[in-house]
Amino acid sequence: MKLTLKVWRQKNGKTPGEFKTYQADHVSPDMSFLEMLDVVNQDLILKGEEPIAFDHDCREGICGMCSLMINGVAHGPKQATTTCQLHMRSFNDGDTVTIEPWRAMPFPIIKDLVVDRSSFDRIIQAGGFISASTGSAPDANTIQVPKPDADKAMDAAACIGCGACVAACPNGSAMLFTAAKAAHLSFLPQGQAERHQRAVNMVMQQDLEGFGNCTNIGECSAVCPKEISMDTIARLNRDLIVATLKGLEPTVEPAAAKAS
Amino acid sequence: MSDTKNETTTRTGVRAVEFVKSLDAKAPGGPIEQRWDKHRFEMKLVNPANRRRYTVIVVGSGLAGGAAAATLGEQGYNVKCFCYQDSPRRAHSIAAQGGINAAKNYRNDGDSIFRLFYDTVKGGDFRARESNVYRLAQVSVNIIDQCVAQGVPFAREYGGYLDNRSFGGAQVSRTFYARGQTGQQLLLGAYQALSRQIAAGTVKMFPRTEMLDLVLVDGRARGIITRDMVTGKIERHVADAVVLATGGYGNVFYLSTNAKGCNTTAIWRAHRRGAFFGNPCFTQIHPTCIPVTGDHQSKLTLMSESLRNDGRIWVPRKKGDTRDPRQIPENERDYYLEERYPAFGNLVPRDVASRNAKQVCDEGRGVGPGGLGVYLDFADAIKRLGKQKIAERYGNLFDMYQQITGENPYEVPMRIYPAIHYTMGGLWVDYNLMSTIPGLFVAGEANFSDHGANRLGASALMQGLADGYFVLPYTVANFLAQVKPGGLSTDHAAFGEAEAEINDRVKRLLSINGKRTVDSFHRELGRILWDECGMARNDAGLRRALQRIPELREEFWQNVRVPGEGGELNQELEKAGRVADFLELGELLCIDALHRTESCGGHFREESQTEDGEAKRDDENFSYVAAWEYTGNLARPELHKEPLVFEYVKPSQRSYK
Ligand SMILES: Cc1cc2nc3c(=O)[nH]c(=O)nc-3n(C[C@H](O)[C@H](O)[C@H](O)COP(=O)(O)OP(=O)(O)OC[C@H]3O[C@@H](n4cnc5c(N)ncnc54)[C@H](O)[C@@H]3O)c2cc1C
Ligand code: SF4
Ligand code: FES
Repeated sequence: MKLTLKVWRQKNGKTPGEFKTYQADHVSPDMSFLEMLDVVNQDLILKGEEPIAFDHDCREGICGMCSLMINGVAHGPKQATTTCQLHMRSFNDGDTVTIEPWRAMPFPIIKDLVVDRSSFDRIIQAGGFISASTGSAPDANTIQVPKPDADKAMDAAACIGCGACVAACPNGSAMLFTAAKAAHLSFLPQGQAERHQRAVNMVMQQDLEGFGNCTNIGECSAVCPKEISMDTIARLNRDLIVATLKGLEPTVEPAAAKAS
Repeated sequence: MSDTKNETTTRTGVRAVEFVKSLDAKAPGGPIEQRWDKHRFEMKLVNPANRRRYTVIVVGSGLAGGAAAATLGEQGYNVKCFCYQDSPRRAHSIAAQGGINAAKNYRNDGDSIFRLFYDTVKGGDFRARESNVYRLAQVSVNIIDQCVAQGVPFAREYGGYLDNRSFGGAQVSRTFYARGQTGQQLLLGAYQALSRQIAAGTVKMFPRTEMLDLVLVDGRARGIITRDMVTGKIERHVADAVVLATGGYGNVFYLSTNAKGCNTTAIWRAHRRGAFFGNPCFTQIHPTCIPVTGDHQSKLTLMSESLRNDGRIWVPRKKGDTRDPRQIPENERDYYLEERYPAFGNLVPRDVASRNAKQVCDEGRGVGPGGLGVYLDFADAIKRLGKQKIAERYGNLFDMYQQITGENPYEVPMRIYPAIHYTMGGLWVDYNLMSTIPGLFVAGEANFSDHGANRLGASALMQGLADGYFVLPYTVANFLAQVKPGGLSTDHAAFGEAEAEINDRVKRLLSINGKRTVDSFHRELGRILWDECGMARNDAGLRRALQRIPELREEFWQNVRVPGEGGELNQELEKAGRVADFLELGELLCIDALHRTESCGGHFREESQTEDGEAKRDDENFSYVAAWEYTGNLARPELHKEPLVFEYVKPSQRSYK
């Protein structure tokens, strides 16, 4: 099939970008979306043009490196699917497809479709862990974890840190990402000791990075390739209330945000 | 290292220089159960107050690198950690699905450290070092404890205790798992521990930074040269020790189950600087991957091996039979594994299943596009157990298959084909995981490792974490305790020279401006290796490859086109550097495969098979690790041998009939 692509091209963070139009003439329905871009890029290179830069690595929906707003939807039209797992049979011959990077202030554009998501790493560094140094652990079966709790922890832990939730949110909020990590750890007995402090610290960093507030719109969960539930956000909010009642203040130095 | 040389020429014409006592594995003696404890006690320690003064570079943030960097940081060393992705959380360990082994014996089903050790040595077809494997089995139990403490959400039973399953044909249930995302959850555990150290200031993280060379001063590894993948800046980093945990080199075949960025550059550059390369031809092929659909194919997707528990593998008896598989009557189907291996049937080990698939496809009986596929049929299982049960067991996998192929496996048989999946070979290391370059340690899939000629399922995650959490923190410390910290700046001439070489190389790649893309060279290299050095290898084919690869490399340097500039994000330039190194490694792979005229594990030499076509080892001549030294001439590396001695597990012939 043949497609018309409107792709966001931008040399770097300092230069303004624009849409450019390309024809993709030999698209097979068996190709993945990224393979379709590969083929377009091979042509561009041979024509002496610069290929389109986009992030990707595992190409099996787990590393969280790929991104792309496809026709205005984060990760494209298929639910619970990352861009790398989207296949061209989801499109029709003659379609025009618009491809843009994630757009959010805390995700500055590096080049074309590649953005800087290091703000997510800094949120985790602020508290998204259990402080258990190597060697300090008791036997793994010492503490039982009820299966339903383990399952809920796993549901939340499935987040791949792709940033689609932020890109989809009209406020540019990172709450689903932050809440997923908080919920993963707070469902487990091992995560209780730091539970409320963790919530305060992560949210402090999240706000500092310039992510917007959550107003419960739900676009995040709708595009999330791992179907992280909005319930995690409610849970994080409850932890924050308890933290306030306990009078907890952030205990870590805020890490400098790149975007600001 | 001894300098007694025995210059010989092997039957295959590969020049071999044997340093008779050359490779000292430094494996301690004594009863095997006590070796690691004794060694740990004998190793030197660094005073906690002094640790900050030592800098350790860790290249890689996967299970091995992430765990090592976090733990060394916790201990108070000054750590610099590097990865090429935009975040350390995305290392390719994230993609592991099945699980991680540990000799916990929570099932009380007869498992033990000794049994895990035994299974690993045997599974590796007697080409691994016993001392290392025993230690791996020992620390496997600590790994699970550590991961649970970090919050890894392993699967649980209703009583709240950890669940286990049997994996890859093991007779005991020793595999721990977190749904189909075990690698992801273990990596996030290590990533979170690493993040905590980054916040604490003990680890400085350099994402989107690629190591392009290793710097030696006075014969010791003292630093690396990197390229900032965003700004293109070439940078120097100095350290007291360097750890490479950069993963496997399966992408030398172009199509593999590895992530697109997986590369050999870090270990290959270290090899060129003097680190010996161990058993490069030991590569693993996984039998259940989704077949190639066309020239656009960029990677292959693994389907969990567990599918073989209920699916039946078959091809049509007739060549070139293109009927709808559902129209092919029973008596015209060849359930070749069930027929040839009545005892194990569809559950034969990975290498056996893969080779048989290739054989039936070579006979012209393969199915699907290009005839490169075999059926994995669930019709009988659905009849027997109901669709519901099958969906419960494999629902995710069936969905994934349908997403990729557009076919519904509940209705039509799946099509599968083998793909490159893992590399047992890697830089040679001693018992301390130190390479032949003092101060250069290698961990995880990047070293030649504990898996011999074939890795068992769920053992790579175990090895990566064992190396990172429990081995390197001791052995690196032992090394540091014997050297003075610092005392070297990046102004040293060795850094200048290495940087100049890298700058030249980047400039050269950008200026060729030829007619072929990097990918087209990579694809062609992959094709050569897959055809001549893939599932089955023979003398003539390997010689053809050894002819072709240098020609292709030559053409690459004349005719590749790398657009753009060096001083910016340039993904084609990144790929070009990696492919240039693959083009060199590919040759070594074939040289190693040619010299090893026996079959063992994943290395199948057609000349060396039993009467029923099974792999036949030659212990008399090949019971050693082949460690290759770079000589400046890619066609003439020097072979060193580390003899393998089996004191506890006596070599026997594998049989699955
Ligand atoms: C699809 C799939 C499924 C698997 N399933 C299982 C399983 O169920 N059980 C099991 O035990 N094993 C499994 N394996 C194998 C296992 O996942 C890997 O062997 C293991 O995770 C490798 O870990 P590592 O830390 O050595 O390397 P990796 O996780 O690959 O990490 C390599 C690191 O090095 C960095 N790096 C690489 N090159 C450079 C460079 N030049 N400069 C800077 N940084 C660099 C990368 O950025 C990355 O951080 C599977 C493998 C695949 C591909
Ligand atoms: S919550 Fe979902 S959308 Fe957001 S980063 Fe995680 S996986 Fe991506
Ligand atoms: S490339 Fe890894 S999730 Fe898409």
